[in-house]
This record gives sequence, structure tokens and C-alpha cells, in this order.
Amino acid sequence: MTVDDPDTDPDRPATDGSGAAPASPLEGAAAVTESRPRWQVDLGYIVLTTIGIYVLITALGLLTGLGFGGVFRQLQTVTFLAAAYALVVLALNLHWGYTGLFNIGVAGFMAVGAYGMAILTAPTEGTTTPGLGLPMWVGIPVGVALAGLVGLIVVLPALRIRADYFAIVTLAFAEVIRLTINSGALADVDAFGRQLGTGGGRGINFPLLEHAIPRWVLYEGGDPAQGATFVGVQVLTVTNRLGIERTVVESAIYTSVLVGLVAVVFVLSVRTANSPFGRLLKGIREDELATKSLGKNTDLVKIKVFVLGCAIMGLAGIFWQGRNGYVDPDAFLPIITFYIFIALIIGGSGSNTGSVVGALVFAGVLFEGPPYVQRIINQVIDLPRPTTIYDAVVALGSFDPLPLVGYTVGQLANLRFVLFGVILILLMIYRPDGLLGHRDEPASPLDLRAERPTDGPSSVDGGDDDE
Amino acid sequence: MSDVEVSGADGAAESEATHPLRISNLTKTFGGILAVDGASFAVERGSITGLIGPNGAGKSTTFNLITGVHAPDSGHVYFEGEDITGLQPHQVAERGLVRTFQITRELGEMTVLENMLLAFKGQRGEALWRSVLPVARRRVVEEERDLLERVWETLELFEIDHLAHEEAGNLSGGQRKLLELSRALLTDPEMLLLDEPMAGVNPTLEGKLLERIHDLTDEGYTFLIVEHDMDVIMENCEHVIVMHQGSVLAEGTPADIQSNERVIEAYLGGEV
Repeated sequence: MTVDDPDTDPDRPATDGSGAAPASPLEGAAAVTESRPRWQVDLGYIVLTTIGIYVLITALGLLTGLGFGGVFRQLQTVTFLAAAYALVVLALNLHWGYTGLFNIGVAGFMAVGAYGMAILTAPTEGTTTPGLGLPMWVGIPVGVALAGLVGLIVVLPALRIRADYFAIVTLAFAEVIRLTINSGALADVDAFGRQLGTGGGRGINFPLLEHAIPRWVLYEGGDPAQGATFVGVQVLTVTNRLGIERTVVESAIYTSVLVGLVAVVFVLSVRTANSPFGRLLKGIREDELATKSLGKNTDLVKIKVFVLGCAIMGLAGIFWQGRNGYVDPDAFLPIITFYIFIALIIGGSGSNTGSVVGALVFAGVLFEGPPYVQRIINQVIDLPRPTTIYDAVVALGSFDPLPLVGYTVGQLANLRFVLFGVILILLMIYRPDGLLGHRDEPASPLDLRAERPTDGPSSVDGGDDDE
Repeated sequence: MSDVEVSGADGAAESEATHPLRISNLTKTFGGILAVDGASFAVERGSITGLIGPNGAGKSTTFNLITGVHAPDSGHVYFEGEDITGLQPHQVAERGLVRTFQITRELGEMTVLENMLLAFKGQRGEALWRSVLPVARRRVVEEERDLLERVWETLELFEIDHLAHEEAGNLSGGQRKLLELSRALLTDPEMLLLDEPMAGVNPTLEGKLLERIHDLTDEGYTFLIVEHDMDVIMENCEHVIVMHQGSVLAEGTPADIQSNERVIEAYLGGEV
């Protein structure tokens, strides 16, 4: 599988070695390498990766006669999934990439957000697991806040323990959350004089966010009966003329809203990273005691950043499941956490741009790629489909490789797990920092490389007089 | 009592005006090991005081007890008249008592500039919302310009400005020591505790470091230095404290200490 990742890095200046004795003070300090503003380069990486993946999908689909409909569906799925991943990966980057908080309970925090929202917005009657029937404008913020609150509950006792133990605590906590949701004990509860609960293994049905959110954009009061909004009129006129179905339009709007959210979180993450606060995070990652010894209250910083990251994870969980209108405990297995880690490792931990690129590559190519290829192959050629690998291999004896090929294609969706492993091993060998992890994102609002007061104030030479 | 032992009786006379740091009867055990056993001493303002002793005498543990890395089992630490016993390391540092480490703790994957910028106390941008929100961030950026200016001045003073863009992890041992000292200075401390600042530093650099430390003492900073190089201690400190088996064995001027039989005995491994 070829990934057209932007491999070259124009703005990485050559650093000279650690140097000999610091005898000559003012040599080679100024690094004049700036050619283009940093944000343009970063945006370039993201846009290039997106275009690359789109072109790959479109070309593959059209060349093999999948048709526009199939290609469009695939593009939409990939865009949605990549955006959802990007949101969580950015949050994880805040935890692990910047602060070194080894959180492997990501799925748990997503579950809290999604379930919080589901319980609040599920209809009060006429469903297997009734909820409070509140509007999504209540459900979404409360779900996000709940995820942050649970993050606070986890981080307070975990502050005193070291990285690897912290990881175990978060993983255990995520499993506790999932198993609690799954258990019958909380499946049906009477609270506030209402029937409530997590539904256990049944899950909860709630109003589809993929409908609700676009309708708020398109119609007055979110209700088609009240007529279209200004934006709605424009959008509907254009799409009607083009003959695009209403559900497709709504789905596209939902994905756009999510992409918008990713953009907001991305900008906030970049600002966080390039700030004195981000410097504290980096300091904690590198050496917490040294940072403490400089008078920094690292515990407080860790609490803040952990709660913030968990809240974003909750938001991602809400949007992820909001596309199904249904949550159940199996959506939050620990494997989700590891997918997110894979995406972050591919992109480059410690880099916000890398986080988004990693999410795009993971969701667009590694995760959605193999099933897509499978679909295309099935459409193009009619391969024999042996039910077991035994049948496939036996056919080789009579010099017929097609059953084995057919079997392999049939298993592509499962083979991607092998692909993940291979990719991770290759990364570890050739690019241990991920695609963009080697890029230094300065922990300062200023571009430290560019700005240097070259004409130092008068004291430079005078300060050196002997005793 | 030996004639060089001054703390005891007239220890009470050492006011906070003349002696910013005072510890009394500090005790710390790790498992069955008595690391610090009733150590008491005071450090005079504006002096370079040496803390010496054989390996395992409890010097580094004493540093850790003073700076809040460990909490003492008993005893007290006073800084500028305030009881700072058992405070967190960052609280101790906020009060102007800042340390460096025996094994340098540079922040390896951060550049020298980032290392230095981290040190300033009470930066506006350390509040997340100020760093992120549009209008507030403008003032953060302004402040950052001033801080960066001061960082460059300090780097030039310590003659490591040519390393400014280097990742701290790539620096040599001596350069790291310079980085740690200059970084500690940017926290605007009253007093600095240096744990073996000369270990692994070449003679040229050692001379520079010492020169810098003397300059800073003239400016009013107080130093407490743990060091194994006796020449450095004897030539540069006004006052020397000798620790042995967790408690203070002797105190006095370098000359006193050099002629003190108990000190010699301790270093040569005899029983006391």
C-alpha cells in the first residue's frame, strides 16, 4: 500500500553538533532558515495528505468502475472517520505527546461522553432504554463535562504514580467504565421519577445527531416544518438543482460540523503548544522534578491538561456515536484506544500537525483502505471463495493460485491488523518519531529560531570583568 | 565539643537577617538506613558555603530535605524566617530557594532557549486561557519578548548563547552544568543550592563557573555548594560544613577544617 505522505521537511535547519568548548560566544547562533510561515507549512502537510488520500480513493474507484456513488460514499466515510480520529488523537497528543501522561484509557473517556449524551437525550418512552428526553444542546455539553469530570476523578489519585503505573490505572478505569455500563446493575434504574439506565448490553437508542445537527443548520428551530433558514435555503436550492439526496446533504453537513470542530481544537492545541503553558507541559514530559524545582506547580498543570484532554475525548465519543444514533458497550473496547495510539504514532507524537496527518493516514488508508480494495476487487473480478484456508492451499497443489488469492481478498478486512503491525514495525525502524514527530514545534508564542535580538544591549561586553 | 563547632549555643543568635537558611535537627531514614541524623546548620547571607563529607554522609539527602523532594522524619527547615519544612519542591522554589542537581536534569528534548524560558516565575501565559484566547494571548506574546530578551542576555553572560537552538540533551556535561545554573538564576532566587556543580567540568569551564558564582555572590546571592573537589571548596568558600554519617561533624573556615583531626579521620575512614 502506498501512502503519499509528505516526506520531505523544508524547514528543518541543519543543527551543528554539540560543539567543543564554549570559547567562541557569538558564532553561528543565528539560524536564518525561515522561508515560509510555519502555519502555512503545517496546513500544507494536512491539505496534501487529504488530497493524496482523496485522489487515491477516487482514482482506484473510478479506474475499476466502482462509479461515482461508491467513490462518494467512501470519501464521506473516510472524511468522517478521519475527522473523528483527528479529534481524539489531538486530545491524546495533549496527554501523551506533550505532557507524557500515558493515558491508555481513551475509549473509557469517549464512552463517558457518548453515554452521558445518550442518557440525557434518549426519548422518555417508546424505546427499550428510556432516557431524559432532553435536547442535544443540553446533552452534548453535559456529556463533554462528564468526561472531563471523570478525567478529574481518575487523575487526582493517579498524580502520585509514575508513567507506567499511570497507564495501568487509566486502562483499568476505562475497563471499569465499560463493564459498569455493560452490567445489569445500572441497566435500568428509577431516578428523578423516571425510567433511566445504561441499558446494559442492549445499549441506548437516541436521536441521531447526524440528523439533528444538520437540521439545526438547515431549518428554523431544527424543525423542517418551520421552514428553512437562510443558510438552509442556499444549501437546499443548490443541492436540489444538483439532485443530491437530502440524507446525503445532512450527512455532509454533519461531517462538516465535525471537521469544523477539529479545526477549532487544532487551533487551540497549536496555541497551547506554542505558549508558556505548553512549555510547562513539555517540561513535565522531560523531567517533572526539574520542572518542579523551578517553582512550577506541576500537579495543577497535569490536572488541567488531563481534564481538558478527557473532555475532548468525550466530545469525540459523542460525535462518533452520534452518527449511529445508538451506543453500546462494545463500541468502547480497549482496541479503540490502541487504534488511536497507532494513529498518533504514525503521525508523530508531540506534533499537532502530525496528529491530524496520522489520523488521516490511519483512518483513510490503513483502516478504511483494505475493505475498500476488497469491495473493488469483488466488483471487478469474480474470484473463487474457499471457506477455509485449507481449501485455498490445497488448490495450490493443482497449480491453481486463484482460490488462495480469493481467500486472501475475502480476509482483507482482517488482514489489516497484520498491516497495522507491519506498519508499526517499519515506522520503528525507519521513522521512530513518526511522520512528523521529528519537527520541533517551539514551546513559545514566538518563533524562537527567527527572533533574536542581534544587537544585544550594551552590557554584553561589559559584564565580563574579572573579580 | 570541638572548638570549630559553632552552631549549638550561639546558633540561636544567628538571625534570619544574617542567615537566610537554617536547618535544625533534620532526620531522615530510608528503610533501615539513617541517611540524615539530626543535622543542624545555618548558611550566612551573601556567602559561598561548602557542604562536604565522605560518600554517604547525607549531603544530597539534606539537599532533598531542604528543597522538599523528600519530607524529613523530624526536624525543621527555615528559610527567611519561615518554616518551610515539608513544603512541595515548587513551593520551596517559589520562595527563592532554588537548587541544581548532582546529575544534571536538563530538559533533553527542549532547546536551550525553551529550557531557559521555562524558568521565569509567574508568567502570564502559564494560565491556559491566557495562552489560548485571542486578546489575552497578545499580552502573553509581549511578555514573551521581554523574557526572551533576558534569556539571551543570560546566555551571553554564561557564554552559551551559541548553543541557544541546540536541544539540551545534545550538550556536553559541562555545558549542561552552565545551563542548569543559568536556568536556576532566571527563577530570580534569593539563594542557590548547587549539588556538585563542578563534577565532570573541565578546568577552563570550572574557572568560568567559579568566576560567575563569585560575581553572583557580590550581587547578593547566597550559595550552598556540595562538592567533592577539596581544592574548589577550600579556595572558594568562606565557610565549610562537614557532614559525616548523617550529622554535622564540624563547621568553620577552610583553614579550621583542614586542620581538624576529626574531619581528617572521617575522610580517611577512621572511627569517630
